[in-house]
Amino acid sequence: MEKIELREPISANQTNDLAVNQVAETHHHKDEVGAKIGMWLFLFTELLLFGGLFLLYMAYRLQYTNDFIIAGQELNLVMGTVNTIILLTSSLTMALSIAAIQRGKKNLSILFLISTILFALAFLVIKYFEWTEKFHHGIAPNAPELLSKPNGEIIFFGMYYSMTGLHALHVVIGLIVLSFMLFFLLRNRINENDYIKLENSGLYWHLVDLIWIFLFPLFYLIH
Amino acid sequence: MNSNFAMMNNYLTYKSKPGILSWLLSTDHKRIGLLYLVSMVVFFWVAVTLGFLMKLEMLTPGKTIVDAQTYNTLFTLHGMIMIFLFIIPGIPAVFGNFFLPIQIGAHDVAFPRLNLLSWYLYIIGGLFAIVSLFLQGGPIDTGWTFYVPYSIRTTTNVILPLLGAFILGFSSILTGINFITTVHRLRAPGMTFFRMPLFVWALYATAWIQVVATPVVGITIVMVIVERVFHVGIFDPALGGDPILFQHLFWIYSHPAVYIMILPAMGVVSEIIPTFARRTIFGYKVIAFSSLSIALIGYFVWAHHMFTSGMSDTSRMVFSLLTFLVAVPSGVKVFNWVATLYKGSIELRAPLIYVMMFIFLFSIGGLTGLVLGSLSTDIHVTDTYFVVAHFHYVMFGGTAIILFAGLHYWFPKMFGKMYNEKVAIWATPLIFIGFNMLYFTMFILGYLGMPRRYWSYLPEYQTLHIISTVGSWILVAGLVLMFGNLIHALLKGKPAETNPWGGVTLEWTVPSPPPVENFEKIPVVENGPYDFSTINGETNGKN
Repeated sequence: MEKIELREPISANQTNDLAVNQVAETHHHKDEVGAKIGMWLFLFTELLLFGGLFLLYMAYRLQYTNDFIIAGQELNLVMGTVNTIILLTSSLTMALSIAAIQRGKKNLSILFLISTILFALAFLVIKYFEWTEKFHHGIAPNAPELLSKPNGEIIFFGMYYSMTGLHALHVVIGLIVLSFMLFFLLRNRINENDYIKLENSGLYWHLVDLIWIFLFPLFYLIH
Repeated sequence: MNSNFAMMNNYLTYKSKPGILSWLLSTDHKRIGLLYLVSMVVFFWVAVTLGFLMKLEMLTPGKTIVDAQTYNTLFTLHGMIMIFLFIIPGIPAVFGNFFLPIQIGAHDVAFPRLNLLSWYLYIIGGLFAIVSLFLQGGPIDTGWTFYVPYSIRTTTNVILPLLGAFILGFSSILTGINFITTVHRLRAPGMTFFRMPLFVWALYATAWIQVVATPVVGITIVMVIVERVFHVGIFDPALGGDPILFQHLFWIYSHPAVYIMILPAMGVVSEIIPTFARRTIFGYKVIAFSSLSIALIGYFVWAHHMFTSGMSDTSRMVFSLLTFLVAVPSGVKVFNWVATLYKGSIELRAPLIYVMMFIFLFSIGGLTGLVLGSLSTDIHVTDTYFVVAHFHYVMFGGTAIILFAGLHYWFPKMFGKMYNEKVAIWATPLIFIGFNMLYFTMFILGYLGMPRRYWSYLPEYQTLHIISTVGSWILVAGLVLMFGNLIHALLKGKPAETNPWGGVTLEWTVPSPPPVENFEKIPVVENGPYDFSTINGETNGKN
């Protein structure tokens, strides 16, 4: 942290700012490093939020190893894989969108951002079909068919719906955030000189991607 | 500082928007601090009333004033409000917001709008808890710990207060993020980490706990709600879930949370003692690092809340050992404070008297914590009044008493008014005697086997219960006197000088009350926080 400050002395920023605007309530100082620190801390809390669920998953997987293996085979590997590819690609387009605005290529940046949003939508659509298909087979929380299975399988699907559900919620939040970013880009409020909002949204989107990278093998792959 | 500048910019009278909106929409860290203070005092008195009623109920075995189910909701709400709405946000939200930027020489926190959002989330969370009281099903009766499986079976309103707790957690996280970033980015030139006041160090360590621990309880609470609504089975033993896992996740947050409560208080103590001893703090770096080590070790002791819940002997011994370790940095602090007073030029003013009270009560609380931390004695007193007494000695005797100390210490700065010091001092023996009658008897009751949270008890416990209840009356009288005195000062107090106590941290260099932007010009810091070598000459004339 000390290093960061050596590079950008804040004192100068601060005093200049005050000279320009005496009123604290309306003064806007742009501290991009500060904004990034804040974002990283927030992402850290997100990791810990999911961390609680990963901990539960681990505990139950050790307790009900066989049931978890059996239940895991019921998930649709094709849909899961397609979704993984979609989300990974969306992370790429997100990064490209930021790279484009850094180089001042506004239209390209908008294009990549729109494709990120479309990928996010596609992910949710596939997720929807995946869940409803399970529901039709009676694999839903508290459904009699699921309750007739061994406890370990009930817990597996309990974890599956909770974790992918919370993740899907994050995708939805990401969609909303990215749509705002698109609006800001169109309005030039994000531009080649000031793109910290887009960068921070990108960080958030990569986190959503990263969590899926862990969810996918835990539920679909390891048997 | 030129008085004209101060008059024009006083943060209390300054109007940015019409009427009350200039407070409710203010992003000024000082105003947000006061918003927290007002709402917190309200919640505090609600919870004091609930506690008062509980003690009244315990005056006689069997029914005294309320029935058993009402008693269940009384202790649940008393715990929830005191913990989630008063002690956890407590010092950081009020004094942290107000003084952190001033003490490091900044105009505001790093994210002022986020700061305002935190207050709104705090209020919404509190409203959720309160609204649930009036809905069908009745108020929550699970205890503030929300243990499953009871919390997923009870027919009372659990979901709304849980959501409230989740939102309050969010508010706490945002405050933490804000403070960490503020400390890293907005220190004045020359304000190196080791020139920061110890209150800032304590807030910094606290902020890290808020950021790292709170999300875990957040997800745990969400899972209880999910369990109640969708029956996924994760915490439901009937479907294969494990309630002990809930306890682990809950305490992974809720133990570090007690350090969220106490660390800022320790920071305030480290501010008040040097000021009234006219001496630099003894062992500055050790105190700073002890805050960080409490924050760190505090993560690895959570299972000492679960010694009787079902755990392997190995893990119980490890957690017991770690619990003893976390007592070390707290002890280090206490010795350093006392050493600071040694050969100091002590001025026994109201804030220092509260601090003395804190050291006494907190030491009792800390030492009885060791009784609970060692396995064999813990099993004897688990879930008895002994735990209740220990908890109140550290949280009330520790954090709340220091919140009062801080209120007296910074009151002149925050409001620009002086309170009647004689009355402030007269309130302390009432609080002290009432407190010890109320809670010390609980140690004895617990040792004799009185279980916590019971609505009725065996007749042989009654004498001690009566002493305890009478203590609660004296304590409340003391609190009324103390708050009454401060409210009187608010209305009719004499104007306060810039530096009434002769303090040397930066907040004492700005006018009382501070101007909107704190500093006319950002100060350049050239020495450590408790350097009295220059100011002693200056203040001699004033005092």
